[in-house]
Amino acid sequence: MTQHAAFVRAAMAKPEPPPVASRGVIGWARGNLFNNWLNAALTLLSLFLIWTVVTPLVRFLLVDAVWQGAGRADCLPEKAGDAIGACWPFIGAKFAQLIYGFYPWHLHWRVDLTFALGAMLLVPLMIPRAPFKTLNTILLFGLFPVLAFFLLVGGNFGLEHVETRSWGGLLVTLVVAVTGIVASLPLGILLALGRRSHMPVVRALCVAFIEFWRGVPLITVLFFATYMLPLFLPNSWTIDALLRVLVGVALFSAAYMAEVVRGGLQAIPRGQFEAASALGLGYWKTMGFVVLPQALRLVIPGIVNNFIGLFKDTTLVLIVSIFDLLGQLRAAFADPNWATPSMLFTGFAFAGIVYFLFCFSMSRYSLFIERHLGGGRR
Amino acid sequence: MTVEPLGRATRSRYAAVYDPKLRSIFYQSILLAILAWLAFEFALNAKANLQAQNIATGFGFFDNTAGFGVNQSLIAYQESDSYGRVFLVGLLNTLLVSALGIALATVIGFLVGIGRLSGNWLIARLAGGYVELIRNLPLLFQILFWYLAVLGALPPPRAAMSVFDEIFLSNRGIVVPRPLFAEGAGVVLAVLAAGIAATIALCFWARRRQEKTGRQFPVGRTAAGLILGLPLIALAATGFPIGFESPQLRGFNFVGGITMIPEFVALLIALSTYTAAFIAEIVRAGILAVPRGQSEAAYSLGLKPGRSMRLVVIPQAMRVIIPPLTSQFLNLTKNSSLAVGIGYPDLFAVFAGTTLNQTGQAIEILAITMAVYLFISLVTSLLMNWYNARLQLAER
Repeated sequence: MTQHAAFVRAAMAKPEPPPVASRGVIGWARGNLFNNWLNAALTLLSLFLIWTVVTPLVRFLLVDAVWQGAGRADCLPEKAGDAIGACWPFIGAKFAQLIYGFYPWHLHWRVDLTFALGAMLLVPLMIPRAPFKTLNTILLFGLFPVLAFFLLVGGNFGLEHVETRSWGGLLVTLVVAVTGIVASLPLGILLALGRRSHMPVVRALCVAFIEFWRGVPLITVLFFATYMLPLFLPNSWTIDALLRVLVGVALFSAAYMAEVVRGGLQAIPRGQFEAASALGLGYWKTMGFVVLPQALRLVIPGIVNNFIGLFKDTTLVLIVSIFDLLGQLRAAFADPNWATPSMLFTGFAFAGIVYFLFCFSMSRYSLFIERHLGGGRR
Repeated sequence: MTVEPLGRATRSRYAAVYDPKLRSIFYQSILLAILAWLAFEFALNAKANLQAQNIATGFGFFDNTAGFGVNQSLIAYQESDSYGRVFLVGLLNTLLVSALGIALATVIGFLVGIGRLSGNWLIARLAGGYVELIRNLPLLFQILFWYLAVLGALPPPRAAMSVFDEIFLSNRGIVVPRPLFAEGAGVVLAVLAAGIAATIALCFWARRRQEKTGRQFPVGRTAAGLILGLPLIALAATGFPIGFESPQLRGFNFVGGITMIPEFVALLIALSTYTAAFIAEIVRAGILAVPRGQSEAAYSLGLKPGRSMRLVVIPQAMRVIIPPLTSQFLNLTKNSSLAVGIGYPDLFAVFAGTTLNQTGQAIEILAITMAVYLFISLVTSLLMNWYNARLQLAER
C-alpha cells in the first residue's frame, strides 16, 4: 500500500466571523429595531417622536435659555433673541421664596441646619452596611422631630419665634411629608394590629377607620381638618392652620400605612406566633420582639412607595391656602416684574426637576432595598 | 391534667383577672367608653360653636337659591337654581370626567404597558421613560402644568388653531361640531342599536358553536356589516337626517358646536395620562406573571404571536391585573376632586368649595361629599369584584 499524500489539516479552521448584518451595532439594530416591517415603522415613529420632544426641550432649557438678568426685560424676545428659552434669572430671584417661603431672611440658617441634620441622620440609615442602626433610628424618629420643631418654630432657648404662616416652599413640602410619615408609621402599625385583633370591637373600629379614610380623597380630608375639626374642639382651642393639615395628613396616610403593614403581618408564618407563645411571650412581646421586626423588614419597599405617594400628595395643601413648593410657584407666577412668555414653562421646569429628583431617587432606593432584602432571603 | 395548687378562693380571684375573655371584654368596653365620651364632647362642642358662629344646621339649605354660575353643566342650570341642583351638576361633572378618564387611561395604560414589553428596544425604552417621568411628578403639578402652561399658551379664539376648519383649539377650550338630529334620526339610531345588539348575540352564538363543533364564524366581517353597513343604509333610506353644526367664530368667541372648557380638557389629560402610567405598570406585571411556558405552548400549537397574546396570555394576565386596576380606577375618581385647583366645576369644587363658603355648613356638606366618594368607591369595587369573580371561575 502506497501512502497517499493527502492534505489533512492539523488544526481546525478559524471560524469565519458572522455576517456583518448579524453582529455589532448593525446586527443589534436589525434584531431589536428593524426585525420586521411593523417594528421598523414603529422605530422610525419613535425616533421622530423623541426628536420632536427632546430637541425643543434641550433648546428651551439650555441652548436658548437666558442665564443672567435682573428683571423681566432681560427675558423678553426683544432682548434675548427670537427663540425664547428658559428664564433662569426668574428662578434665581424667586429661589429663596420657593425654598423657604416667607421665613425671615436672617433666620434661614435654622432651616438649613434642620435640613442638614435630617440628611445627616437619614443617609446612614439608608445605607444597609452603616452601623448603629437602632441608635440611628431612635435619633431620626425620636430626637430629630423634637429638635426640628424647636429649631423651626423657635420661641425657646433664645430662638426667635417664627409663625407657621410665614413658612412656605420646599420647607413646608418636607415638613408635611416627614411629619406624615413619622406620625403615620406608629399609627398605621397600631391600626394594622387592630385589624388582625381577636377583639371584635377593636377589629370593627379599625376596619371602619381604614376603609373610611381610604375611600375618600385626600382633599376632603384636608377640608375636614381645616373646616370641620375646629368645630368639634372647644372654642378656646385655636389650632395652627399647618398643624390642622398635619393631623389630617397623618390620619390619611396612617390608613394607607396600615394596609401596607397588614400585608407584612400576613406574610409571617403561623409558626412564628406559636413559637413565641411556646416561649411564654405575651401579645405585646410577641408582636414587638418576634412578628413586627420581621414584618416591617418585609414591607420597607411598600413603606417607601407610600412615602413617595405622600410626598406627591403634599402639593394638595395649596388648596387649603398653605403655600408649599407648588403654591409658592403659583404665587411667583403672579409677579408682574417677571411676567414673560417663558416664565410659566421655566417655573414648571424647575419645580418638576425638584419633584422628580425626590420621587425618582426614592423609587430607585425602594428598588435597591427590595433587591437587597430579597437577596438575603433567598 | 392541669395542676391546681391554688386554693379555691384565690383561684377564682385571679382567674377573673387572667381570663382572656373577660380581659378582652374589659378592654373593649373601656375603648367604647372613651369613644362615646369623645363623640359626646365633639357633639357638645359642635353645638356650642355652631350657635356661637350663628351657623344653621340641618339639610334645609338644599332648597335655598345658590346664586352663582357654573361654567359647565350637563343639565340645565341657572344662578337662581337651588343648592340641590348645584350638587347634582357637580356630581354629574365628576362622573363625566371620571368615566372618560377611566376609559382613556385604560387604553393608554394598556398600550404603554404592552409597549414596555415590546421586543423593539426603542419602544420599550420610550414607554419606560413615560412611566418614570409621569409617576414621579405630583398630579396637581401636572394638572396645573396642562392648564396654565399648555392650554393657557394657546392663542385666543380669533387666532385659534383649527383642524379642517371643524375643530378649533384656543385658550377658551376645544370646540367640536355638534351632531344635529333631524326627523328620522331616531330610526337610524334604532338601527345602530339593533346592529350592536345583534353583534353581541352573534358573538355569543359564534363562540358557543366554535366550542361545540370547532367551526369558526367570520364574526369581524359580519359585525362590521351589522354596525356600520346597516345604519348607513338606514341613513341613506331616510334621507341623511343627521348633520353637523360647525362652530363659527363670531366676535370674540365661537358660536355653535360643543365647547369643552379648558379646565375640563386639562383635568382629563392630566388624570388619564397620570393614571395610565400606573396602569401600564400593572399591565406589565400581569403579563410577566403568566409563565413563559404558556406562550411557548401556544406557539407550539401553531398560534401566531398576536393570537397567542390575545387568546392565551391576556386572559390569564387579566386575573392578576383586575384587582389593582380597580384601585387605580378608584384613585382616578378620587383624584378628580383636584379639579378644585383649576376651577373645573366638579362635585368637590362647587359643593364642598363654593357652597360650603356660602352657607358655612361644613359638617353637613363635608359629610355628604365624603359619603358620595365613599359610595362611588364601594360601588366601583363591588362591580369590579363581580367581574373579577367571573374571571376567577375559569380557574381550576
